[in-house]
Amino acid sequence: MINYFKLAYRNLGRHRRRSLLSGLALALGTALLMFIAAFFQGEMRSAMESTLRLNSGHLQVRDADYDPDKLSVAWDYLIETPQQVAAQIQTLDVVQTATPRLFASGIVSVRDESVGVQIIGVDPASPANAPYRTLMAGAFLTADDRDGILIGYPLAQSLGLSVGDKLTLLVNTADGSVDQQPFTVRGIFTTGTTAYDKGIVFLPLAKAQAFSGAGDRASIIFVLLKDREQAEAVAAAISSPNYQVKTWRELNQLLVLVNDFSDAYLVVINLIILGVTVTVIVNTLLMSVFERTREIGILSAIGMKGRQIVTLFLAEAFLLALGGVTAGTLAGWAVSAYFGKVGIYFGDLGLSADMLLEDRIYTYLTLESAVNLIVTAFVITLLASLYPARMAARMEPVEALHSAQ
Amino acid sequence: MEVAKLTNVTRTYKIGQVETRALNGINLTIESGEFTSLVGPSGSGKTTLLQLIGCLDQPTSGSVIINGVETTGLNRNQRADLRKGTIGFVFQFFALIPTLTAYENVEMPLLLNGKSAAERRRRVMELLEAVGMVDRANNRPDQLSGGQQQRVAVARALVTNPKLILADEPTANLDTENGEQVMEIMKKLNKETGTTFVFATHDPRVIKYANRVVTLQDGVIVKDVPANGKS
Repeated sequence: MINYFKLAYRNLGRHRRRSLLSGLALALGTALLMFIAAFFQGEMRSAMESTLRLNSGHLQVRDADYDPDKLSVAWDYLIETPQQVAAQIQTLDVVQTATPRLFASGIVSVRDESVGVQIIGVDPASPANAPYRTLMAGAFLTADDRDGILIGYPLAQSLGLSVGDKLTLLVNTADGSVDQQPFTVRGIFTTGTTAYDKGIVFLPLAKAQAFSGAGDRASIIFVLLKDREQAEAVAAAISSPNYQVKTWRELNQLLVLVNDFSDAYLVVINLIILGVTVTVIVNTLLMSVFERTREIGILSAIGMKGRQIVTLFLAEAFLLALGGVTAGTLAGWAVSAYFGKVGIYFGDLGLSADMLLEDRIYTYLTLESAVNLIVTAFVITLLASLYPARMAARMEPVEALHSAQ
Repeated sequence: MEVAKLTNVTRTYKIGQVETRALNGINLTIESGEFTSLVGPSGSGKTTLLQLIGCLDQPTSGSVIINGVETTGLNRNQRADLRKGTIGFVFQFFALIPTLTAYENVEMPLLLNGKSAAERRRRVMELLEAVGMVDRANNRPDQLSGGQQQRVAVARALVTNPKLILADEPTANLDTENGEQVMEIMKKLNKETGTTFVFATHDPRVIKYANRVVTLQDGVIVKDVPANGKS
């Protein structure tokens, strides 16, 4: 049997620089594909993690009349006996944690500067607070703290506040009036998401309830599940006419939509990159076919069939693809792994709470998508090479021999 | 026995609106063991005729029978199959594959014919020996002189034991000494193996070896005479 790979290897060696550049183009394309896939996946993972863990949770239980846009603490909109409701939900096996939270709108004033904030009253003991427990300075809240407040790092920066400093907090109360009270900065937290940290302050739930006049009520029960895919099932299990139960999908429609479309975006980007890369490979093989017209004529004259000529050129494409894709995979994996560790800093992207992104995006490449990309790059290269290969196979031996004389 | 029989063969080429008749009503029979020269001025149709006998091209009309097979209805692959088992080629330019060694060039037709490794080795060495190229077996074409390359091409043409060798101006690019050497080798193989040789040439050094000279002019055979080929 003819060793097509030996022939292909030698043919590629005729124009080493050209073969090398073609392989390099493919390597670059593959590396770029992997990095972009890792970036997209990292971005979506970050958005999903941040938004769910910081903001929406996997489930929210609200009073039937609650309107999240108003941030009202009027009693009609709040859940009565929230600790009991949370404890009941917590009894379900699939629930990781359920905790009441109170949302109110407020203004932080320091000297002559004021900033509008969302006040969140949390149960300091709840494990759901884990994302806010990364502190730049100070300590986390305690349940019995009556004048302590936890503020985000960007807010502290903009107002020049440090741990132990005083600030005045205004709140819209349950009866529609405004109350104000001095608080002491106990701690400065960072979640790594500036868009979130700059507009949130935390109080112990009991203090927030007392301060805003919400009594013992809460805005929501914030629920985290062991598996977020169980959200719909749990929502159905705990539904009641007195409450709205919202799943993370309902709470983050924009995010879910972007996530669903991200695969489609990725396919389009992949096709563009592969299109450019494959054009280089096809061009190389076409040049090779034109240069070797006489040789193709000779091979055909001594009895090589069209199918065998196609195989010969496909073997060259295979070797180019093998070298290019392997080098590209290694480079793409290395770059993705590096930025998966150190992240790429974007800073405050100014996104709404509907879709939170960390200031740093950490690339994330799954084995599945890496394998998909490698196979796709390989197969598309070979498919595209069929064109020059078939062109070579279709040459009439007489014309091929003549063209060289 | 007839190796090739052409009956009423014409071949016309159309370039743009202009139709050129390269061959016009050729009737020619080549018998086994012949050492025949096709001669004539440039444009007389020698190469076209050789290509039709070699199944590299197909006639516009007429019949071409090679080794008992009517070739005019064959498709590209069938013609390739017929060529690889029956016909060997020696071209004017030293038509070797530049990336292969002399040995590998001679071996290629055997690979295409699916011969075993042992048989390939035996045949290749036999033929390289016959053309005096054993010591250059591992050299690539760019390491060989024109004469050496043409000798390797002759070995490649003969390696499958074809019935018919077609040579198009085989000495055109060789100096006198190398041209003579190549012709001597071919003549010797003709005598020893009985392989039929047909040359297209206008080189007197080739013609003097022929035992039949067919003269073409403007696409028709104007003379077909036996000759006392040098032996």
